[in-house]
Amino acid sequence: MHPIADGLFTTSNPPQLIGGRDRDSNRIVFPCPENERYEPVPLKREGTLWSFTVQRFRPKTPPYAGPESFQPWAIGYVELPGQTIVEARIANVDFEDIEIGMKLKLTAVPLDPEDNSSPAIPAFEPVGDQA
Amino acid sequence: MSDVCIIGAGIHPFGRTDGMSGVDQGVFAVREALKDAGVEWTDIQFAYGSSDAAGNPDTMVDQLGLTGVQFINVRNGCAAGGSGLFSAQMAIKSGEYDIGIAVGFDKHPRGAFDAKPSEYNLPEWYGDAGYMVTTQFFAMKIQRYMHLHGISRETLGRVAEKAFRNGALTPHAWRREPVSLDAIMEAPMISDPYSKFMFCSPGEGGVALILASEKKARELGKPLVRLKAATMRTRPPGSFEVFAPSIDVERGGSATNIASGDAFEMAGIGPQDIALAQLQDTECGAEIMHLAENGFCADGDQEEWIANGHTEIDGKLPVNTDGGCLACGEPIGASGLRQVYENVVQLRGEAGERQVPGNPKTAYSHVYGAPGVSAVTIMEI
Repeated sequence: MHPIADGLFTTSNPPQLIGGRDRDSNRIVFPCPENERYEPVPLKREGTLWSFTVQRFRPKTPPYAGPESFQPWAIGYVELPGQTIVEARIANVDFEDIEIGMKLKLTAVPLDPEDNSSPAIPAFEPVGDQA
Repeated sequence: MSDVCIIGAGIHPFGRTDGMSGVDQGVFAVREALKDAGVEWTDIQFAYGSSDAAGNPDTMVDQLGLTGVQFINVRNGCAAGGSGLFSAQMAIKSGEYDIGIAVGFDKHPRGAFDAKPSEYNLPEWYGDAGYMVTTQFFAMKIQRYMHLHGISRETLGRVAEKAFRNGALTPHAWRREPVSLDAIMEAPMISDPYSKFMFCSPGEGGVALILASEKKARELGKPLVRLKAATMRTRPPGSFEVFAPSIDVERGGSATNIASGDAFEMAGIGPQDIALAQLQDTECGAEIMHLAENGFCADGDQEEWIANGHTEIDGKLPVNTDGGCLACGEPIGASGLRQVYENVVQLRGEAGERQVPGNPKTAYSHVYGAPGVSAVTIMEI
C-alpha cells in the first residue's frame, strides 16, 4: 500500500505517524504543517480512544475519494499520551465493541476496503487481547 | 451610553422555496421589517448583509431602490448573521448613523454541506479520506460529552422532540409536524449516536432587522427592544472544532465560552437573569452542550433539566422556542438573525401559540460554527 499523502508515516518498521512540534510552544499537531515553525516528530504508536462515531452515509465527492460502493466506517480521535489527539479510522473491530478509553495501536487501511492497492490512510486497531 | 434598539423585524419562512432566489427571500424579509418598523427603504442609512452561498447581499438594492445607501456584505461562516448584526449596532453606537438594517439570507443545495479542505487550510488527503463532513465532528463531540457527563441518548431524542413540537407552532418554521420520541430514536442512524431526526439540514430563508438609536426609536414611537450586548468571538487554545485532524491533549474552553462571558459582562446581567434563549442546535447535542457552555447550567445537569421540562416553552428557561435549527433548518447567512427575530417577537409578546408566558423581559441568542466562531446577543425590553 502507498500512503494517501507524503509526510504522514515514518519509513521505520513498524511505521509511526509524523506529527509537528511547534518550536516555540512545544505544542504537537498532526499532520506536520509544511512550515519552518514546526519540527517533524514521530508520534507514539499506542494510545486510547478519546471519542468516535460511525460514518453511515457516503460523504460527498468531491472531496471524498473513496469507492462508489459505500460501506460504513468508524472514525475516532485517539489520545497519544503527552503528545496530541489524532483523528483516524478505527479498524478491525465491530462497531458495537468500540468504547471510549479502549487501548489502540497504529495501523493503516486502504481507502477502498475491496482494493489493497488503493491509498493507505492512518487507522488505529485494538491492542492484542481486546481484539 | 444610550442603547441600540431593534425597531423592526421581518422574516421569509425557512425551508425550501422553489423559484425564489436567496436574494429574493432577503428582499422579502427587508420589506416585512420596514413595514413592521413603519419606515421606508429611503429612511435606511446603512445595511449589513450576510449570505454564505446565495450571492452578494448588496445586489438587493436593485429591488429595494437605488438610494445610494452604504451596503456592506458579510461572510463569516455560521457567525455571518451575528457579525452583520454586531457591525450594524457599532455603526449606530459610534454616532455615525441613526437607523440601519442587518439582513441575512441563504439558499443551500440539498444534502450535507460540501466543504473543501483548501477553504480550511487543510491538506487535500483529509478530504479524500472522507473527513470534510461536519456531522462526524458533531457526533464525536457529543459522544465524548455523554461519556464524561452522563447524558443519555434518550435526552438527545427529547431535544429533537421538543424542537419539532415548537416548530409545529411556528409559522416561519420548516418542519411543522410533531415527531414522536420513538420515531426519533429509531430513525436511521446518520452518525452514531445521532439518527436523522437529530440533525438539522441546510435550507433556505431570509431575516431582516432594523436597528435604530434609542433617540430615533423614541421619535418613531416604537417599543424599545434594547440590544444590550452583541459579541462575536473566535476560539481559545485547546478547543475542539469542526475539521480538526488533531486536537490538544490539554483541553481548553470554546469560542462560545468567550462570546457568552463577554456578552454577560457587557449587559451587566448573568445567565440566571435570562428569561428565554435561542441556542445553536445544529444537532440535539449542541443544544445540550451549549446550555452549559453559555453558563445556564453545569455540565451534566442537562439530564435532569430535560427530564423535568426546564427548556420547554413553559419551563424555567425556554430554549429554541421556534424549534431552532432542528425545525427551521440552517440557511447560514440567516440563521443567527432568525434567533434574534424570534427573541424580538417573544419580548414584544407577539409569538402567538408559542409565546413564552409571564411577559419575558430578557432574551439570549447564540450561534456557533466552523472553524471555532461564536456570536451572542442579549436583549431586554
